[in-house]
Amino acid sequence: MISKSRNYDSTRGTRRTLLRRMLAIPAALALAHVSLPALADSANSTGLAVTDSTVTVGILHSITGTMAISETGSVQAEKLAIDQINAMGGVLGRQIVYTQEDGASDWPTFAEKAKKLLVRDKVAAVFGCWTSASRKAVLPVFEQYNGMLYYPTFYEGLEQSPNVIYTGQEATQQILEGLDWADDAKDAKKYFLLGSDYIWPRTSNKIARKHIESVLGDKVVGEEYYPLGHTQFNSVINKIKLKKPDVVFISVVGGSNVAFYKQLKAAGIDMTKEKPLFLTISVTEDEILGIGGENIDGIYASMKYFQSLPNANNEAFVKAFKAKYGDDIVIGDVTQAAYLGPWLWKAAVEKAGSFDIDKVRAASPDIELTTAPEGYVRIHDNHHLWSKTRIGHAQLDGQYKVVYESSELIEPNPFPEGY
Amino acid sequence: MNFIAHLFARYQLSHMLILALLLIVVLPLSMDIFRLNLIGKYLTYAFVAIGLVLCWGYGGILSLGQGVFFGLGGYCMAMFLKLEASSPENTAIQTTPGIPDFMDWNQLTELPWFWEPFHSFGFTLLAIILVPAFFAFVVTVAMFKRRVGGVYFAIITQAVAAILTILIIGQQGYTGGVNGITDLRTLHGWDIRTDEAKYILYFVCVALLFVCLFIGKYVINSKLGRLLVAMREREDRVRFSGYDVSAFKIFIFCLASVFSAIGGAMFTLQIGFMSPTFVGIVPSIEMVIFCAVGGRLSLLGAVYGALLVNAAKTSFSESFPELWLFAMGALFIGVVMAFPNGLAGVWTTYIEPRLPARLRSPVPPSTIPAVAVTTTAETSSTPSANPTVEHRHAGN
Repeated sequence: MISKSRNYDSTRGTRRTLLRRMLAIPAALALAHVSLPALADSANSTGLAVTDSTVTVGILHSITGTMAISETGSVQAEKLAIDQINAMGGVLGRQIVYTQEDGASDWPTFAEKAKKLLVRDKVAAVFGCWTSASRKAVLPVFEQYNGMLYYPTFYEGLEQSPNVIYTGQEATQQILEGLDWADDAKDAKKYFLLGSDYIWPRTSNKIARKHIESVLGDKVVGEEYYPLGHTQFNSVINKIKLKKPDVVFISVVGGSNVAFYKQLKAAGIDMTKEKPLFLTISVTEDEILGIGGENIDGIYASMKYFQSLPNANNEAFVKAFKAKYGDDIVIGDVTQAAYLGPWLWKAAVEKAGSFDIDKVRAASPDIELTTAPEGYVRIHDNHHLWSKTRIGHAQLDGQYKVVYESSELIEPNPFPEGY
Repeated sequence: MNFIAHLFARYQLSHMLILALLLIVVLPLSMDIFRLNLIGKYLTYAFVAIGLVLCWGYGGILSLGQGVFFGLGGYCMAMFLKLEASSPENTAIQTTPGIPDFMDWNQLTELPWFWEPFHSFGFTLLAIILVPAFFAFVVTVAMFKRRVGGVYFAIITQAVAAILTILIIGQQGYTGGVNGITDLRTLHGWDIRTDEAKYILYFVCVALLFVCLFIGKYVINSKLGRLLVAMREREDRVRFSGYDVSAFKIFIFCLASVFSAIGGAMFTLQIGFMSPTFVGIVPSIEMVIFCAVGGRLSLLGAVYGALLVNAAKTSFSESFPELWLFAMGALFIGVVMAFPNGLAGVWTTYIEPRLPARLRSPVPPSTIPAVAVTTTAETSSTPSANPTVEHRHAGN
């Protein structure tokens, strides 16, 4: 930002001032050269984009294309967190400046932009990605150029990179508690698993099935997948009617959700009757905005954050979010997880006393955040977060009411044994 | 001396030299490896654009599914690299070590049969050429032998692109699904992710591009090239002259698809992964745009078009992450409205006439065969040619 405005200035003015400025350039370069060794202090010994007053980070989400609707919330949350940190005096006395890049819902573009942020911009951290596919695409880039990515989405696990901090839940954290709750509080015996056809629902259901069959001793009466973007769910709705499961466990994502819940309602299934009970791990408040509260009223969701969470941290967060982005905005699970990214990074940098990636990585385990909107979180050695899981009950107004909360923080376990 | 001058004129060698100078000397010297790697990526699209110049610009066969062949080539290369990256030691944490990670997630316990041959690099190289060529052959034989062409063919290529995308995404246990095949590391133990490797791969890519350019030039200057133009202008007249039109169309389409596949394979090597996002309809149409911006009758124009459009895409999206798509749209509309023949048209109509005479290429070769063949077709057609038939031609 700073260098840009300086260039802009130099194009203005009379020829004489231009000449003087041109003469000044070599002098400035020489000065910069002299001051370089001074910059390469312990706070930044690897040449990251850190000056005495600023530190540059990257934001890498899709703001165009099909994923833009999902990722916008994350961008807003990250910018809010950065603003708040800057207002508090920044990180190690430096104001955070961000460079935003557009992944354009296109995985190769994500890889290209990640590389640009790390190689050209030398950012100290990147907050970004949403889909597993985009994360998989940028992962080799982060590992090769030793960057730090804060990834906000709940995801399938089976991954633990030294260059990623996963601020969302991995599959076991989100799923097991939800199933235990259904078995315990709702006395469910028969489960029907339904998902979009890609890695996250497949892995989630693999874990769910194992847990239902081996741990809970219950039965899975059906498991179905539909392509991403699928909008015809009548056949599966008939199957659900036929098999009469107690719980339909749903990991349908994106636009398919709108079709699925509307068709459920049209088929005469009243979700508030809980026969069967619908338990989703994929519908946050953001998705309900598209589905319509009246079409989904009565289902349950198992995740770590709901906008209605009653605690002081969250109330302050929701208030700040609405003040910045308007009263109509809703905040979903991923948005909150994205908000944690800059804060966790700040805490790690301050603990390390340095922006160096290696030092930040070493400092990251056991970083805790007492101010998180979801409550207290802590980074595990495996780079995931200890977090609680809640069950929300969807209301007519598109919000969830929290009906259950795990008593303890749940340990992240990205490579579950026996699942 | 005369021979060399003739060669220069015939193959527009002076233009080739300028491009070679740009790609081999100017860009590598003026750019760091990050930017050069991006240029290498753009050049892989240029392979597709060259193919499109041949089959669309000259042959009149508009394909909106070139991404299919780009993808097939890319996937063949990715399968080889993925197998090498999935050695039992690297994948020890999996339920079944030694198979690619996505197969493990999808609960496959052994390598599918069609993956087996991709352990061999020789087979992979052959597959990169032959699989797309065979696929293109099957599609075009089915179409052109039945005289399906024009818009119908374009629609069918779109359908093929859509089908292949759905197939790849649906069969994720075998193909990696939406995520694609990621995390490719080495080629015969040679780490393709280092800066040095990226330089080498860039020059390999440039070299292959020139091979394709020369093949393309050769085809255009040969009798086949003239026939292609003749078929584009008046297919029935060529058929009445005794040529098997479909055979030429099948050949040129297969050639274009092989070029695309080579581009795809080079893409995988330089970028380090392959995903179904390159196979679908949108990227396929984008590739036609590269060709249109460059000028669909100019092989070199196609290369410049691919470079320019992608460079614009990168720089717009870096400078205005929220508005860049509008800038791209404006660029396309602007070029198509103002210069229907693309960048190559700008060169031949505005710049070349102002150059000193000895720097000009004699006559743009594309126009010669068109005129020549149309006149021969005119004279060979019988005087009693039915006017209604003529009318239908015009409609085509």
